[in-house]
Amino acid sequence: MYQIDDLTKTYRQGKRVVRALKNVSLTIGDGELVAVQGPTGGGKSTLLQMLGGLDRPTSGTVKLDGADLAGMNDTQLTAARADTIGFVFQTFNLIPTLTALENVETALVPSKIARQTRTARAVAALESVGLRDRGDHLPGELSGGQQQRVAIARALVKNPKVLLADEPTGNLDEETRDEIVDLMVGLWKDQGLTIVLVTHDSVVAARTPRRLRIAKGTVKDLTAA
Amino acid sequence: MFFTYLRRELRNRRKQTVVVAIGLAVAIALVIVVNAISTGVKDAQSEVLESVYGVGTDITVTQPAEGPGEGGGPGRFDFGAEDGEASEDGTRNLAQDRLSTAMGSTSFDATALETVAGLDHVSGVAATLDLQNMSFTGEMPDPSEGPVTMEMGPDGSGEGSSGGSSFEIDQFTVTGVDPDAAAVGPLTTAEVADGRTLEAGDKNVAVLDATYAAQQELAVGDEITVGGKDLEIVGTVSSTTGDGVATASDAYLPLATAQSLADLADQVTDVYVQVDSADNVDAVAAAIESELPDASVSTQSDLAEGVTGSLSTASNLIGTLGTWLSVIVLAAAFGLAILFTVSGVNRRTRELGTLKAIGWSKGRVVGQVAGESVVQGLIGGAVGLALGALAVWAVNLAGITLSGASGGGFTMGGPSGQAPPDGATVQGDAAPGGGAFGDRSDALAGAAGNAVDIVLQAPVSLWIVLAAVGLAVLGGLLAGVVGGQRAARLRPAEALRSLA
Ligand SMILES: Nc1ncnc2c1ncn2[C@@H]1O[C@H](COP(=O)(O)OP(=O)(O)OP(=O)(O)O)[C@@H](O)[C@H]1O
Ligand SMILES: [Mg+2]
Repeated sequence: MYQIDDLTKTYRQGKRVVRALKNVSLTIGDGELVAVQGPTGGGKSTLLQMLGGLDRPTSGTVKLDGADLAGMNDTQLTAARADTIGFVFQTFNLIPTLTALENVETALVPSKIARQTRTARAVAALESVGLRDRGDHLPGELSGGQQQRVAIARALVKNPKVLLADEPTGNLDEETRDEIVDLMVGLWKDQGLTIVLVTHDSVVAARTPRRLRIAKGTVKDLTAA
Repeated sequence: MFFTYLRRELRNRRKQTVVVAIGLAVAIALVIVVNAISTGVKDAQSEVLESVYGVGTDITVTQPAEGPGEGGGPGRFDFGAEDGEASEDGTRNLAQDRLSTAMGSTSFDATALETVAGLDHVSGVAATLDLQNMSFTGEMPDPSEGPVTMEMGPDGSGEGSSGGSSFEIDQFTVTGVDPDAAAVGPLTTAEVADGRTLEAGDKNVAVLDATYAAQQELAVGDEITVGGKDLEIVGTVSSTTGDGVATASDAYLPLATAQSLADLADQVTDVYVQVDSADNVDAVAAAIESELPDASVSTQSDLAEGVTGSLSTASNLIGTLGTWLSVIVLAAAFGLAILFTVSGVNRRTRELGTLKAIGWSKGRVVGQVAGESVVQGLIGGAVGLALGALAVWAVNLAGITLSGASGGGFTMGGPSGQAPPDGATVQGDAAPGGGAFGDRSDALAGAAGNAVDIVLQAPVSLWIVLAAVGLAVLGGLLAGVVGGQRAARLRPAEALRSLA
């Protein structure tokens, strides 16, 4: 799925240069469920941005199924995000003025499919996260766990190849956290999805077969060896 | 999704939407009202001008009097010892009639007419001879002790008695017109009220202004004395401008008759020029000026500046204050729209970043933001249109009367100079036996020219409606572009920021 070679990402803040990722090389196979752990400021989110085509590396390559995200132009990156990559965020990031169903539909807007098909697929996605009857609720009317379910439905409705999640349980209580993790592990098992999951929580990390640790911009594979 | 999202966003930040829309609406309404009133005032101005100069006149040519002593003006009656007939009580009955050019203008040779007619782009010319007739009838103490000179203020008319004299002075304006050149000139805004208008070949006849005729209790078939000659009244005319509006002159004579009565053979005072297209007016005016160096050449816009009264106040007010107010309010409304849009984008950084992260293109996000602003502009435009239409309707309903006078026509319709009851005035002492004719300043107040009252009609043209809505949409678009630019620069990685 992912072939990462000598990836470096530096941020410039005035005179200060922050090296968020230093010469990272990494392979993530199809259908893997990977947890990424590490101290705050270690570079977890930065790595996820590189995997998701949200930003370009300073140097190195990030090949997604053979295509280098680092060499793509904006249009190509946008298309990759629209078609093959699903995102889930710590703060859910639903559009507050749109209903749960409409929020799921936003992910299908770029693919320009017919409105009816779009709605039907969104309904099915909501059903798969157990929120069929909450489609016309606004995010503000849903609990945190429910909002994250909607966000997962939004990420999965377009049938992406990979799901990238940045601290998806960071804002949830333990019980809800377990529900969400169960849901994601279930989707991974059922749909053969590749999932990269950034988490602080070792309980969450313990549920995954492969764990990476990033500190000071360097990746260490905890499950290797 | 575009419209659903757009509608929800605007409804969600209702306050901003209302503020921005109302800001734009007020600006648009102001633009409409200012434009409508200014058009209305312009229409009123040209009505005033038309009532004096006639329809279709683009340029008038006159020749100013060179010095205060020259030209026409207040009449001067000289009575010698031989004048009049003595009556038994030692007074004399006197009657005198004077016909001269109107105050402030002199006559010039009628060849100017051909000169002007020969110029390029001139589509019509007509010449008139504007005169003033003054008649004195009355009794004076026997002037055998010395000549009596009486001078009058510009109001002319007067009656009274002083120091054993009783007299009446009548004054009216007379315009000699060429009946053949009826397409241009003062009679174009006049319509026949009774009898007929002047025709080619007319001689020694007069047509009266209907208002003047009614005042003087004169009717078709009666006679009027002009320059000492009795002329048959063949018709009366009234102004097409409105009821009770006087035409340019009290009496109209065939040009030749007027010239011979005033002893001004082949002389005219005004040339009315029609130009083939508005674009050529200035060029023709310049050409006339170089052909006739002594003449004073006035275009319609020069003449409009000469319109006085509340009309000119309104015109100035709307011209400066109105325009500035519109510009300022419009700028403020645009600024407000931009400010709110930009702050909206800033507040939605994570939301818009998320949309980008899940695959919305830059164009789609920008379009969404700009669309919201444009719809705000459209709402503002629609409300502004309604507001403006309502305001214009109210203005028209209020029936604001503007009064305008054109400085050009010195029609003497002023109050009569009232003489003191006895001869004990300064003037009376200095010239024993002479009559005092009232106060000059009083007379000047009467020299207000052709005052026309016009009810302001502010029209709203389709053009201004489109322009106003266009402005509102432009305001929205401008805000959309500025806000959209911000949205475009926004990195999709903003979606990952954990702090809102
Ligand atoms: N846009 C940016 N500009 C400048 N520096 C940045 C930017 N994004 C990240 N950094 C820096 O890069 C480093 C790695 O940040 P990153 O967000 O990847 O850490 P993280 O492991 O996700 O931390 P956390 O657990 O707090 O989310 C940090 O030092 C951070 O300050
Ligand atoms: Mg992070």
